[in-house]
Amino acid sequence: MALSIVHRATGIALYFGTLLLAWWLIAAASGPTAYANVQAFTGSVIGKLIVFGYTWALMHHLLSGIRHFVWDLGYGFKANEREALTWGALVGGISLTILIWIIAYAVGGGR
Amino acid sequence: MSGPSSMRTPLARVRNLGSSHTGTGDFWRQRVTAVAMALLIIPVIVVVIMLLGRNQAGAAQILGSLPIAVILLLFIIASTWHMKIGMQVVIEDYVQNEKLKIASVMANNFFCFVVALASIYAILKLSSGV
Repeated sequence: MALSIVHRATGIALYFGTLLLAWWLIAAASGPTAYANVQAFTGSVIGKLIVFGYTWALMHHLLSGIRHFVWDLGYGFKANEREALTWGALVGGISLTILIWIIAYAVGGGR
Repeated sequence: MSGPSSMRTPLARVRNLGSSHTGTGDFWRQRVTAVAMALLIIPVIVVVIMLLGRNQAGAAQILGSLPIAVILLLFIIASTWHMKIGMQVVIEDYVQNEKLKIASVMANNFFCFVVALASIYAILKLSSGV
């Protein structure tokens, strides 16, 4: 499994994704019009796709990063352990992303 | 210190420094910031979910509260620092041309610093309520 490149790719995606986070904070500090612009973008189909992709990149990078920590500490180098860590990050990342969006819709959808 | 008149052996001069010539500082800081974010990620997600569907006035009120501002400030510092180190590793791996490499590393520093400063300023402005 060549997952280390996915760790890197999600890292690069998150790097540029922080622009969205910064824009959102600046808009909140700027005023209602600026904030409405961000909400119009994040509420659009493309905006939702980007935020969904950002959520997945974040969750995958987090779990994949924990996998690197396990290796840093000197564990998980056996073939089956490597496979388990890789699949754990892959499945866990997707599961957490879906879970977060379900919670987000359950909590924020009604407002 | 490490000039021709130095009494240090060549081995002593390079020991623990590695190919970056600055030692393991970035390696360590990348992991410190990673742990910081792993600890902060749940509070940060909770804050983001709290803000969903609210207008600017509601969002500004939440973002301006002290514990939430501190959580976000810590997360911004950890993440921009972490991404600066991470992107530098990527640049050093793939950009072979020395001048382009230096320009890219510099652009990376500027980008991360601007994102960090703008976000921090926004939170401080929300906290002061101006």
